[in-house]
Amino acid sequence: MIDLYQINPGLWVILAGLICSVMPANSLRKALAILAPIFAAVMIFNIYDSTEVLAGQFEIGGITLTTLRIDNLSVVWGYLFCLAGFINAIYALHEKSWITDSSALVYTGAAIAGVLSGDMLSLFVFWELTAISSVFLVWQGGDRAYAAGIRYLVIQVFSGVLLLAGAVMYANANGGDFTFGYIGIDAPGAWLLLIGMGIKAGFPMLHMWMQDAYPKASITGTVILSAFTTKFAIYALARAFPGTDLLIWIGCIMTCFPVFFAVIENDLRRVLAFSLNNQLGFMVAGIGIGTTMAMNGVVGQVFVHVIFKSLLFMSIGAVMYRTGTAKASELGGLFRSMPYTTVLCLIGAGSIAAFPLLAAFVTKAMILSAAVEEHLWIPFAMMLFASAGVMEHSGIKVPHFTFFAHDSGRRVKEAPWNMLVAMSLAALLCIVLAWPWGGYELLYSIMPYTTDYKPYTWDHVVFQMQLLFAAIFAFNLLKRYKLYPAERRAEIVDADILYRRVGKNIAIWADAVWTRLSATMTAWRGRGMKHIGRRLYHAFSPAGTLSQAAPSGLPAVLTAAVLIFVLILAYVAGA
Amino acid sequence: MDWLSTHAVAFAIVLPLLMAAVVAMLPNVKRLAWLVALLVAVFVAVAASVVLQTQAGLGEIIYEMGGWEPPYGISLRIDALNAPILLLIAAMAVATLIYAEPAVASEVEGRRSGPFYAAFLLCVAGLMGMVVTGDAFNVFVFLEVSSISTYTLVAMGANRDRRALSAAFNYLILGSIGATFFVIGVGFLYAETGTLNMEDMRSILANLDGGSRVAQVAFGFIVVGLGLKLAMFPLHTWLPGAYAYSPTLVTAFLASTATKAALYLLYRFCFTVFDPSFDYVAAVLTYIVTGLAVTGMIFCSLQALFQTDARRTLAFSSVAQVGYMLLGIGILTVAGLAGGYLHLINHAVVKGGLFLALGAMWYRFGITRISDMAGLSKTMPITTAAFTVLAFSLIGVPFTAGFVSKVALAEAAAAKGWWWAVGVIMVTSILALFYMGRMMMVAYFRDPPTVDGVAWKRNEAPALMLIPIVGLAILSILIGMRGNVFLTDIAENAAWVMLPGSGL
Repeated sequence: MIDLYQINPGLWVILAGLICSVMPANSLRKALAILAPIFAAVMIFNIYDSTEVLAGQFEIGGITLTTLRIDNLSVVWGYLFCLAGFINAIYALHEKSWITDSSALVYTGAAIAGVLSGDMLSLFVFWELTAISSVFLVWQGGDRAYAAGIRYLVIQVFSGVLLLAGAVMYANANGGDFTFGYIGIDAPGAWLLLIGMGIKAGFPMLHMWMQDAYPKASITGTVILSAFTTKFAIYALARAFPGTDLLIWIGCIMTCFPVFFAVIENDLRRVLAFSLNNQLGFMVAGIGIGTTMAMNGVVGQVFVHVIFKSLLFMSIGAVMYRTGTAKASELGGLFRSMPYTTVLCLIGAGSIAAFPLLAAFVTKAMILSAAVEEHLWIPFAMMLFASAGVMEHSGIKVPHFTFFAHDSGRRVKEAPWNMLVAMSLAALLCIVLAWPWGGYELLYSIMPYTTDYKPYTWDHVVFQMQLLFAAIFAFNLLKRYKLYPAERRAEIVDADILYRRVGKNIAIWADAVWTRLSATMTAWRGRGMKHIGRRLYHAFSPAGTLSQAAPSGLPAVLTAAVLIFVLILAYVAGA
Repeated sequence: MDWLSTHAVAFAIVLPLLMAAVVAMLPNVKRLAWLVALLVAVFVAVAASVVLQTQAGLGEIIYEMGGWEPPYGISLRIDALNAPILLLIAAMAVATLIYAEPAVASEVEGRRSGPFYAAFLLCVAGLMGMVVTGDAFNVFVFLEVSSISTYTLVAMGANRDRRALSAAFNYLILGSIGATFFVIGVGFLYAETGTLNMEDMRSILANLDGGSRVAQVAFGFIVVGLGLKLAMFPLHTWLPGAYAYSPTLVTAFLASTATKAALYLLYRFCFTVFDPSFDYVAAVLTYIVTGLAVTGMIFCSLQALFQTDARRTLAFSSVAQVGYMLLGIGILTVAGLAGGYLHLINHAVVKGGLFLALGAMWYRFGITRISDMAGLSKTMPITTAAFTVLAFSLIGVPFTAGFVSKVALAEAAAAKGWWWAVGVIMVTSILALFYMGRMMMVAYFRDPPTVDGVAWKRNEAPALMLIPIVGLAILSILIGMRGNVFLTDIAENAAWVMLPGSGL
């Protein structure tokens, strides 16, 4: 009997996904999709005993793999991904697509298994599996998502390759030990690992795949995608590079630059993708600071972020499900017809903007306080600016243009019940996890270090409210004087121009050159092959030398040659 | 029963040898020769399995022919290394003879069917003799018995394709060179040790610590001579022609037994007459045999890729697969030898089945070229299904025989630290995927050809052909699923015979 507690809980979810891929009955698939994350969470609960648990070790090719490691860091991600998988499954209940069901489950399972794996090779396997399984979700977005999906896949797989290369270099320098723990920027191969993780975490200039692929995926696909890949990478960074100064600056730039793009972007799902990037910046900066408070803040931020980001994506998804578009220019005034969705979206928007009593308030405050404690004033200022920016684009812009603003005249039905249930669950968590009277202690209980940080102090609440109201004021001011970038039908091109335009042109040019070259090459090869073919023909064919009753032909000579070699070698070796 | 278990070894050689003469003289009555030959093969197979069982109980059987003791008479010697091969040869003889009834009727000239079966039985007797005998010169005699009958069998394909004659002649010349080299080597060995009994040779050579230059020269001649017989890479040129133009069942039988018996002799001489602890043996095995094995694996896989004739493709693939087995020798560990040995058995099953299936396709539709295999999944579904299973097995898809042995070999290579060899195994498996996949693509995705506007109808092979084909396909899956239960033990026991001390 196999010990079930030796098995990485993510594998159960992957198994459920594989079953789904051959399961014709929709209802059974949905049951699996909901039950598998719950089962995985139960397994994590049973295995974890508040110390580090290592299990599932086996040896292959001389390398010991630890396929299961649950400690106070990975357990948070394990539970979080199970929770996200559960909410996503409810949200996707209405969709009858076995591709979505099975790939979402495999993707969720791979993410769970990845964060719970204890060595870099298992990590790599699941890292790539998340990429491969999730690309189907992108492709579910229809024809225009196909190319984006390919780009997404290439970049994701590439990040895995970097990860593997870095892991091998690192392990080589450490006597073949592939254990995935603290690495630090000075270790051999660390740069490769950092860039590999950075691609998945959306570092500046490496982030383009996110805004490229996420908005093009199917409605449920975007919701599912937004939960796992980047947070998986954040986990890897938190594990391998806490306290790396470089990450502070990378994180701060990451928080700031998407603000500008998000403000001028028209596609609301793309706005959310930019704001996702901005949120990841806070986490990366927190990892860079690396103090106990910062790490607590990062863990808490990851946890609530997945919930409110899903909530936002879900609400925009619900709107898109009913109206068929997520373009700011085509929406507006929907609060009349989708009141529940409006409220839920506002909760999500308030959470991401860190309104007091809503989710991110506590965690973002911890990261900022950590920066202050370390006297990192410039990063602090940058993150402050970014906080205002979050308020601007996610807190105001998204709900404003969707549900309020000028009336688009659309009168649609309220979102389907299952979407409302999923969103309500997320919204409830947003409120509970920041509840001043006992709620946020719940969040503290899962943080890796004990803390008694008090978020609800007068100065802090007032300061945050000032910031938020300043942002609201600025928004109104800009709107009033028509300075705010109007919602226009346009697609902004980001750093991905590097590969979408320049890269494409290079590819086209290379193709032209290749075509010409290959014509020449074909001629050469043809001549060469003809030559070789003629030689082979002379040797092997019935009319060839070998068949012309010539015992002294090529094979006999070859035999003699081999004999000579053997004798020479035997003579030398036997001397 | 006791009598049988004592004399089964002799019985397995003498019966086909005698019956060959009887079959040759039988009146040309319909099916009579076939029936007698099949019965003989079945008896031989029973005897071989009795031998295997007895051997498993006793460990080693030494049978003195005519009661003459070893230094004076000829002894037969059975241990864990050759008993399984003995059964393999007998079983493949039964499988191909079941298949032979319809095949011979269409491929061999009618009045020659008696001599055909006679030659076939002689070939069986020769191969069995090569494998069981404990006397070095006796090996040569049986080698020639099997070879000469093989040349005849190959030439009998002339009724179908005249190129069989030149192929047979080519095979004759090269086979004779190989046999001559071998007997020269045995001669030198006799000069060095003064005995022809292989067991005595071993102890004398061990006492001499590898012996003088004479022993080294003997070793060189024997390795090259056997290399020619077993189609080691640059010495394989006789093989594709012989396999492509001989009657199908002969090809199937040769592919699964003749090269394997020669490979067994290489095992026997390299490990239990000479010893890899001698420097020159280790050097030749490590550098030349491994080098040629790997070159052959890549080169012949590529060559197989470019063939247009289906049987030539499989023939080149055979040479590449021999490379795997030689690689197993070159690794020089128990795991490597066991992997190679396992591959030997698996390849015999798989390649035998593949050639039989191709023969069935020729029997029904006259197919020899890959491009002619269009639509076979519709016209011959069962044969094509079995062919597919066997092709997967050749490629090394999990749950088939090929997978088990390729993984065993790769593990052995990895354990030795030969990662490049693991890479070569992977690459050649991928090449195998391509050259077998090419046939699958044509068979499954092209429509059956039309004659005068009418598509070819379903026309399955006769039952006598289907039985061995499907049987071998099922066997390959059984080995793939449960191979770890019985075959691995057999292979490991054989490997322990070769490297008893196993310091290596």
